Amino acid sequence: MNMHTNSFAEVIQSAFSEPVWTIVGPSVGATVYMMAVTTVFTLLFGIVLGIVLVVTDRDGIRPLPIFNRVLGTVVNVLRSFPSMILIILLLPLSRIVIGKTYGANACILALVASCVPMLGRLVESSIHEIAKGKIEAAKSMGTPNLRIVTKVLLPEALPSLVRAFTIAVIAVIGTTALAGSFGAGGLGDVAVRYGYNRFKTDILIAAVIVLIALVQGIQMIGDAIAKGISRKRFLS
Amino acid sequence: MGSEPFIAVRKLKKTFHTHEGALEVLKGIDLEIDRGDIYGIIGFSGAGKSTLLRCLNRLESPDSGTVTIGDVEITALDKTSLNGHRQKVGMIFQQFNLFDSRTVYRNVSFPLEVAGIPKARIRTRVEEILELVELTDKINCHPGQLSGGQKQRVGIARALANQPDVLLSDEATSALDPQTTFSILELLKDINRKLGLTIVLVTHELEVIKYACTKMAVIQDGVIIEKGDVRSVFLNPKSETSKQFIKINDEFLKDFVVEEGGGI
Ligand SMILES: Nc1ncnc2c1ncn2[C@@H]1O[C@H](COP(=O)(O)OP(=O)(O)OP(=O)(O)O)[C@@H](O)[C@H]1O
Ligand SMILES: [Mg+2]
Repeated sequence: MNMHTNSFAEVIQSAFSEPVWTIVGPSVGATVYMMAVTTVFTLLFGIVLGIVLVVTDRDGIRPLPIFNRVLGTVVNVLRSFPSMILIILLLPLSRIVIGKTYGANACILALVASCVPMLGRLVESSIHEIAKGKIEAAKSMGTPNLRIVTKVLLPEALPSLVRAFTIAVIAVIGTTALAGSFGAGGLGDVAVRYGYNRFKTDILIAAVIVLIALVQGIQMIGDAIAKGISRKRFLS
Repeated sequence: MGSEPFIAVRKLKKTFHTHEGALEVLKGIDLEIDRGDIYGIIGFSGAGKSTLLRCLNRLESPDSGTVTIGDVEITALDKTSLNGHRQKVGMIFQQFNLFDSRTVYRNVSFPLEVAGIPKARIRTRVEEILELVELTDKINCHPGQLSGGQKQRVGIARALANQPDVLLSDEATSALDPQTTFSILELLKDINRKLGLTIVLVTHELEVIKYACTKMAVIQDGVIIEKGDVRSVFLNPKSETSKQFIKINDEFLKDFVVEEGGGI
């Protein structure tokens, strides 16, 4: 159904109808799966990348200026690729690592690679906001660098980190939907195959509604957690 | 005293290299501080006070010269030994620098955790030290719930938790109102008496020196231009800067003289 053959109201109504959801429903599971796995890996590598970027900075607790410059450049290069191009470029890599270039798991590698650099920069800037004096205080108490990271940098930046994670997870949703059209399946795949190729606007709308709900839900949860932490610390 | 002083700074030099070029901030500092002194270092903004103080725990690395505390040459320590040494030199700051993610209890326990003290002993020690700074009732508060004076008391408790030999204070009272300043200085004097702790404090307020210190040094443009007993520097300022400081504070120089019963 689309708006050339039917009225807007009918299309919307159909977007909530049973036949549409028997097509869209199963793809929600695939999207949530890809999103969840990508999120886990993105958080893991993104946090590590962000920490390494801050710590090795010229003014960091373990300055390694040349390494930092090289790493920063790699991050910038990866970030300057549009996600779609990066996914296309990285699919052959999936063949080497995972053994195939199609399906959800093959795409996850490309998804992680395209989301990690962004989260790395967000984590870097969150940690950067911590007052330098707190780090000095920790140093003055003889705290080794690794413990400065775990006991000061991460806990002090936590509310800001949660906001960074929220942005990253939402970006993951967007990129996951995009990856759909490259054989990953899921909502993006359904939206493109039915909605775009076959002019089934009702299915497109149904897929978009699910995406909006996901984004909205995650933003609300992220905001609530970040606010909760700040309030517990009497910072707001 | 013929023997070496507790803290000895010898020919200390430090130059910062900035975009505008090299800036020599410490130009060969010599300083000797005895155990149990409350030693004040005063100077105008940019004189190099903080840089000098930060060389004492090597938050700043001097280019040349030595710092010795007890029988340890701080300037010769490797990184691991430096951390061990820092656990025995407390520091407090103008901006308090408390950890917002931690309660008062966990701020004070921080240096003890770092030093690997067992949990049960940490609790006794934290309770003991919070009693000393009169903050027992705030033990479960976050820094965000405290006043400036209370925050600095937590800062002091944290700096003292691991029973250091030396306390370094960088403008610790400069963000506080006069009344709170005096209560913090009173606390520092009290700790100095009770624990025999050596305190090195940096300030730009003559009043702080007058109220709390036993010895003092005046620093200008990276050079110590005058040092000695507080009283003798006050009564006989030799350098222009000291005279200037004391002239600005003419009013209370009078009470100083009266209180001390000295004459000019
Ligand atoms: N990390 C740094 N890099 C470059 N210049 C610095 C650095 N730290 C201090 N300086 C410069 O060294 C000089 C002395 O600084 P310092 O902080 O020791 O002064 P201070 O006497 O403590 O002054 P204030 O009373 O304003 O705190 C200043 O001109 C300052 O700009
Ligand atoms: Mg200073």
